[in-house]
Amino acid sequence: MVNPTEAINLENLTKVFYARKKKIVALENIDLSVREGEFLCIVGPSGCGKTTLLRILAGLEKQTWGKVIIRSKNPEKPLTSMVFQGESVFPWMTVAENVAYSLRIRGIPKNERREIADHYLKLMGLDGFADTFPHQLSGGMKQRINVARAFVSDPEILLMDEPFGALDEQNRLILQQELLKIWEGSEKTTLFITHSIDEALVLADRIIIMTAHPGRVKAIVPIDIPRPRDILSLRSSPQFGALFQEIWRLLQEEVLKAQSMELKN
Amino acid sequence: MSLVEETLQKQFGEIIVKEAKGEPKKAVFDKALILKVLAFLSPSLLLVLWEIFSRLGVVDIRLFSSPIMIFKTMVPMLYSGELLYHTFISAQRIVLGFLAGAVPGVILGLSMGLFAPIRASLMPMVSATFPIPKLAIMPLILIVFGLGEASKIFTIAIGVFYLVLINTMAGVLNIDDIYLDVAKNFGASPFQFYTTVAFPGALPMIFAGFKLGMGTALLLIVAAELSAAKAGVGWLVWRAYDMFDIEKMFVALITLAFLGYIFSYLLEIAEKVVIPWKNDRR
Ligand SMILES: Nc1ncnc2c1ncn2[C@@H]1O[C@H](COP(=O)(O)OP(=O)(O)OP(=O)(O)O)[C@@H](O)[C@H]1O
Ligand SMILES: [Mg+2]
Repeated sequence: MVNPTEAINLENLTKVFYARKKKIVALENIDLSVREGEFLCIVGPSGCGKTTLLRILAGLEKQTWGKVIIRSKNPEKPLTSMVFQGESVFPWMTVAENVAYSLRIRGIPKNERREIADHYLKLMGLDGFADTFPHQLSGGMKQRINVARAFVSDPEILLMDEPFGALDEQNRLILQQELLKIWEGSEKTTLFITHSIDEALVLADRIIIMTAHPGRVKAIVPIDIPRPRDILSLRSSPQFGALFQEIWRLLQEEVLKAQSMELKN
Repeated sequence: MSLVEETLQKQFGEIIVKEAKGEPKKAVFDKALILKVLAFLSPSLLLVLWEIFSRLGVVDIRLFSSPIMIFKTMVPMLYSGELLYHTFISAQRIVLGFLAGAVPGVILGLSMGLFAPIRASLMPMVSATFPIPKLAIMPLILIVFGLGEASKIFTIAIGVFYLVLINTMAGVLNIDDIYLDVAKNFGASPFQFYTTVAFPGALPMIFAGFKLGMGTALLLIVAAELSAAKAGVGWLVWRAYDMFDIEKMFVALITLAFLGYIFSYLLEIAEKVVIPWKNDRR
């Protein structure tokens, strides 16, 4: 936020899937700029192309038309790392090995890896689980591993696809607070997908509301709540309620549209 | 609640309160122990029956011998080291053949699982040659590799190879795409795809292939030692056949069963060591 330069520019971004002779326009003419160090939340009805957008930024998918510009400040660092929607912790690696995965890929020696991993394990409340295998852990713990794994790789841009989507309310609140804690220390440009307006309000500098299929940018709402943020006091502020209403009004239209489209198909 | 209790309750509207008294009721017999005793008792009973029937002449002693006669043949064979020698020869062939088949099977299986072009170009050949019974190509193997050790090892290797290859490939193909995406996102090189995702992810299936392969190896060792061998447990079986020495044949068969048991036990242990993350799924 201090630095007003832009980290990401999307111009006219369009993504079309061809699946079984059917043409699916997942994203249509997305124009978007993300400031450096900004926390951007993306909300939108299911199937509107949120994941697709992140996958394009992560280099896992190629756009059909349009431009993606990502400005790298530090070519030493990885450009992006992604926290995937769903189970993505490697079951065959211990917690510490999972968290240090990116370091192993970069060929950093084992003891150094472990040191960095231990630091993040502590930050995410995972110390003591370093040498256990993930199948012994709860869903909340696994998502901590996912988040820690992305932070350890220290990318220029962090992409998070509903990282807390499968968690219960208590775990979600705890993890939101923890994410804020490590994120506010890092000021990393972050794109964060969520279905929860609460979550978006707590975390974001700006919230993007996407339209139902095909995905376009419907509105962008700035969230001018000062940082560091505390989830608890934030949730009870009048500003929070007003913003919630504004975003819900925008989102509601699209969710209803998505539902009626589903009925037609 | 038993069916009777349930019906009674329905008829009379009686309310049955089930109370727990803290300590679980102690069974008179330990269930697990009974099962263990049963597992030991039934084969022992079979042996005793076999012995009795052969003495009574119910089973033809010339064809089926008797447990005690087999035992009496076995002891000197053990003492003289004869049995151990043949067992060692066969075990060596099995191990070498297994390795010669499993290692390329794993490597090729991983490649075919990971890379669609490799899969597309090799799959037709695998599909075409896999169904050929391995016993049918033994004469060809003998012509190519001669009568020495190589032909026996190769026979076993080829049987193991296909099973490991196909299981490994299936194992890789079954890995959830999300793990490949994670590796890709963190910039893994093709080699790192092997070592950090494809290989560990496919390990459970690879071991399934190993176990199937080991079964085939035991089958093939007997066939391989039929032709042009001078030692080995399989050879012992055929030799006993030539001499019509039923007791010796049974001794060899028992040794084969024992070999099979040892090898599958070793694989079981290896699996537990190599795949600790799968351990308590059972
Ligand atoms: N690989 C693919 N092949 C064909 N169609 C795809 C593919 N990936 C996504 N789609 C389609 O593109 C559209 C957008 O999918 P995407 O996963 O980006 O939605 P989403 O907004 O992340 O949804 P959710 O909120 O449910 O996660 C959907 O209609 C989906 O069916
Ligand atoms: Mg999605």
